[in-house]
Amino acid sequence: MRMKIFRIFLFIVGILICLPVLAVVLGAFKSSRELLDALGAVIGVTGGKVNWHLLPLYPTGKHLVNLLFYTPEFFTVFWNSVKIAGCILAGQMFVAIPAAWAFAKFSFRGRRALYISYVILMMMPFSVMMLPSYLVLNGMKLMDTHLAVILPAVFSTFPVFLMYRSFCAVPRELYEAAKIDGAGEWQILFRIGIPLGSPGILSALVLGFLEYWNMVEQPLAFLKDPSLWPLSLYLPEIDPAHAGMAFAASLITLIPAIFVFFMGQDYLEQGIAASGMKE
Amino acid sequence: MKDVVKLSRKWTSIWRSRAWFLLPGLIGVGVFALLPFVDVLIRSFSNGFGNYKTVFGNGAFQLAVFNTLRFAGIGIPLLLASSFFVALGIYKSKWMRFLKSIYLLPMAVPTAVLVLIWKAFFHKAGLFNQLLSVFGIQPLDWLGSKAAFWVLIISYIWKNLGYTVVLWIAGMMSVSESLTEAARVDGATERQCIIYIVMPQLRPVFYTITMLSFLNSFKVFREAYLVAGSYPQKSMYLLQHLFNNWFTNLEIDKMAAAAVLLAVFFAVCSLGLQKLWER
Repeated sequence: MRMKIFRIFLFIVGILICLPVLAVVLGAFKSSRELLDALGAVIGVTGGKVNWHLLPLYPTGKHLVNLLFYTPEFFTVFWNSVKIAGCILAGQMFVAIPAAWAFAKFSFRGRRALYISYVILMMMPFSVMMLPSYLVLNGMKLMDTHLAVILPAVFSTFPVFLMYRSFCAVPRELYEAAKIDGAGEWQILFRIGIPLGSPGILSALVLGFLEYWNMVEQPLAFLKDPSLWPLSLYLPEIDPAHAGMAFAASLITLIPAIFVFFMGQDYLEQGIAASGMKE
Repeated sequence: MKDVVKLSRKWTSIWRSRAWFLLPGLIGVGVFALLPFVDVLIRSFSNGFGNYKTVFGNGAFQLAVFNTLRFAGIGIPLLLASSFFVALGIYKSKWMRFLKSIYLLPMAVPTAVLVLIWKAFFHKAGLFNQLLSVFGIQPLDWLGSKAAFWVLIISYIWKNLGYTVVLWIAGMMSVSESLTEAARVDGATERQCIIYIVMPQLRPVFYTITMLSFLNSFKVFREAYLVAGSYPQKSMYLLQHLFNNWFTNLEIDKMAAAAVLLAVFFAVCSLGLQKLWER
């Protein structure tokens, strides 16, 4: 009985948690007039209280149309985000899949020490890596290019860690059997490792996408030119007087993330669970 | 002719070598993380311990370290406790999948999307104050006063609750069912089962969750920066703000010393964690 009440309480909390997201989605369909009335105090145009109705009084698609058809700079920024996240994830696949396979299936000297240093690197916040990254990127003359944000992230050790866990679960016997049948190392990886270890790979992709779609620190430090910025830096710069635009842009930014979230929820959960387990 | 065959064999054997699995990743990690970090380490000692003395004596550094530790000290226990109760509530519930998705949703939402909503919510004339006024609590300027710290705590918990719940549930799944069954047969209550059987077995999970929560606590910089800019209210001035501001002024020596200190701190934490696990 007590558990039942507790669960109802959890439902209510859950709904409260989703409210801000719902407010953004529905906010994109509010008229300029209504947004101005609601946010006057925040924008500083009018006084009074913030007065927010969840449902739009007079729903309109005007802001979305404006944004999608008459704001070319939004496309540039959107494309920047797609390019940054896409290149990072593609690069990570090339680098991390073989590395994780090597950690999981080969035995070589220094394997454990190397693995531990990968885990420690994974645990470093951006504050630590900011100056080292800058020194390299500056030396390579990559500052203020997209590569400055992409390259360091490609070599992140987090996806290696996630994939390692699921490659470990691939039975050793399969590997040995393929070997005896004369398969090469790469052939084994492509025919056995990747298909059987795909949950770990997909987890890394889903968690990675959500992380890099929301990248703030790196572009803030390494990209000065606003035309190179991703959505996460561009959105807060939209003049709050054009709240309609800001909400429409937020909605468009939200869609790919929510899409990946719902499509990949199982892998997301597996990835989170795997990140919490010891070696 | 023989030599050509020999040479080509040698090349194939090099090409087939397992080293190729790990090498690209290792080179990348070396170039983008390890080597520049060594460079930073050397720079930090450019005038003996002078840089370290400057950093320790720096008011902004003290403030940022204090705030970051205070944030971790308050935010992490709150997050761990609340997520533990939520996990207990939804674990084994028939709504588990649905509730997990709801609680995980904030993880998918890019911080920038919510900037306007956060501002409207925590503004002096905003919704949060209106809500509190129902309970007779005086309105506060949440973003412009010491209360800003609590805004960060709230958004940290909002964003990380689902992530941590999934980690707890993954741990609870691995608790052996037979033990709790046996205890229940012996007349143990639900609460006794949780305290004496489930919780002790969750100890390793507890360590990882703490570490991951600590790492994620650095990411509240995003909320703080996007909502309040480079110089927010004093109580939410974090280490990443300090690094950014030093970076803007190119105070490399100070950054180097601070980065080394932070790296040592994190390395000690994660190695200590490893030790705790192995006990």
